[in-house]
Amino acid sequence: MSIEEQYTFSPEAKKRLAITAIIGVVLVIVGIVMAMAGGGHGAEDGGHGVNVVSDRALASADAEFASAASEEGGHGSPTWLKRLYVNIWINNVYFIGIAIIGVFFVAIQYAAQAGWSAGIKRIPEAFGYWLPIGGVLTLVMFFVAGGDIFHWTHTDLYVEGGEKYDSIISGKRAYFFWPLTENPGFPFFYVLRMVLYFALWYWFFMMMRKHSLKEDIEGGNQHWYKMRSLSAIFLIIFAVTSSTSAWDWVMSIDTHWFSTMFGWYVFASWWVAGLSMITLIVLALKEKGLLSIVDSNHLHDLGKFVWAFTIFWTYIWFGQFLLIYYANIPEETIYFIERINSSNYSWVFYFNLIINFVLPFLILMTRDAKRHTRFLKLICGMIVIGHWFDFYLMITPGTMQHDGGFGFLEIGMALVFGAGFLYVALTNLAKAPLIAKNHPMLNESLHHHI
Amino acid sequence: MEADKNFVVGIFDDEDVLLGAVKKIRDAGVKIHEVYTPFPIHGLDTALGYKMSRLPIAAFMFGMTGTTLALTMMFWMLGVDWPMIIGGKNFTSLPPFIPVTFELTVLLAALGMVGTFMIVSDLKPYKKPRLFDIRTTDDKHVMAIDLAKNTSFSKDQLNGILSEAGAEEVNEKNFD
Repeated sequence: MSIEEQYTFSPEAKKRLAITAIIGVVLVIVGIVMAMAGGGHGAEDGGHGVNVVSDRALASADAEFASAASEEGGHGSPTWLKRLYVNIWINNVYFIGIAIIGVFFVAIQYAAQAGWSAGIKRIPEAFGYWLPIGGVLTLVMFFVAGGDIFHWTHTDLYVEGGEKYDSIISGKRAYFFWPLTENPGFPFFYVLRMVLYFALWYWFFMMMRKHSLKEDIEGGNQHWYKMRSLSAIFLIIFAVTSSTSAWDWVMSIDTHWFSTMFGWYVFASWWVAGLSMITLIVLALKEKGLLSIVDSNHLHDLGKFVWAFTIFWTYIWFGQFLLIYYANIPEETIYFIERINSSNYSWVFYFNLIINFVLPFLILMTRDAKRHTRFLKLICGMIVIGHWFDFYLMITPGTMQHDGGFGFLEIGMALVFGAGFLYVALTNLAKAPLIAKNHPMLNESLHHHI
Repeated sequence: MEADKNFVVGIFDDEDVLLGAVKKIRDAGVKIHEVYTPFPIHGLDTALGYKMSRLPIAAFMFGMTGTTLALTMMFWMLGVDWPMIIGGKNFTSLPPFIPVTFELTVLLAALGMVGTFMIVSDLKPYKKPRLFDIRTTDDKHVMAIDLAKNTSFSKDQLNGILSEAGAEEVNEKNFD
């Protein structure tokens, strides 16, 4: 057992990630060509026979707008381009989530003064380096594709008496346009928030990383105390920003609809996906013979985390669903009708519950399953894929409506982003020793036994 | 000699000594009846060679019983016996049944687990506890060795093994 370990990002691993990304790009191109060949019909006939939603009010807009949009062929961009934008947005939100969960995981460990995780903390720490990339991508995507993804960006919705005036969206305009509320043009408050989230998250991440690396050289307890203070403040900030970013980036797509559970819902989805990603990388490193200090007791704890939070996610999912089901208010139920009664999305709706709750719940229930790498790897892989579908289900119906689908474009884009994320995370994992050897609680982690 | 009647009892003061003693005594081939400690000692169950408890399996069974009971009850009550319209919903639909199903699952799993644990551990009400040494309730660890199950050793040999392993005191205890 050694606490002096160094991960090297081998050329083979880089090559494998590059090949994955290339396959992803090829699939995206194939998907675009297929969408171009088959696309546009939704725009012309204004809804197929299979589409149940077209004659009802949409969660994102009112019925008049929906039919108008269909006649005009959507929000301007051709279907294939819109689908490409939406796919980038899904993956962007998903992987930003996993990145910030890395920081959140470390912060939770410090705030809770946890010892067991001291040996694996470099892995979630490396996730944070995706944040600046995700941040730039989010800003660029908002300015390039905001009009295609977010219905509320269309300023004619706010012109009182105008043809497309939408009183509900107009009532919410302060949240997007303040201080330009009276004359909506540039969504100042929205963009300001977006910049603030990334600035705050990244600053806290960099400060924590700085102390973490300094601790390796200097030792002592002072860095641990600083990390703990930083973590506590970060957790308060993240408690607010995780919710508001979920409203901004995901819930505002369905501008008419709202759910008070939504911030928690997105957080739960990010959290369990992030935990699974951490576990997967820990398992992969162990397979390479690294992380010798991590044994089945640490894996058991990670497994418990993953298992518990799949249930937490389901709890939030059901809490949101049951209230909307029971209250039966049309403008709320439309969100689920768009998903359940649609030939495009209903399979995703049920698949989401099976892959993210039923299977992990039953397979990972026993103590042995959490301690054995085979089950843990299977379930964590499933969850990382499953929660991608969760975000697909949150974002696609509101943006693509009945033109949405699942095919090469979706798979390819997920591969590109996944490879990119892993490349950034592993590059930065290799830049620091794999084990924080001067962590004051490392000894506790070495003797962790449950 | 009748089993479960005559014991050699070693008193230990320190849990680390006790843990070492358990290993030494088992290695010597002595079968330990039980170790009583005033607080949980980490690793003692593995040192004593206890198998994984099957309590989780029982808990799962009880939980499934609760799930089945809840769903059958509600579907029968609201679907067959006395259908009622509530909130304009179908007589029977799954979503509103989930909370009750969850509660009954948890309730039966918890109660069943407590009951099973008490039966397995012989903790029935009004049972007169069998104390090997009153000090286990305060600050001493007690290791009991059943003479009937260790017939290959003499009483003196067992005394010697216990003292050598670190017991600060070795007594004899007979129950009628």
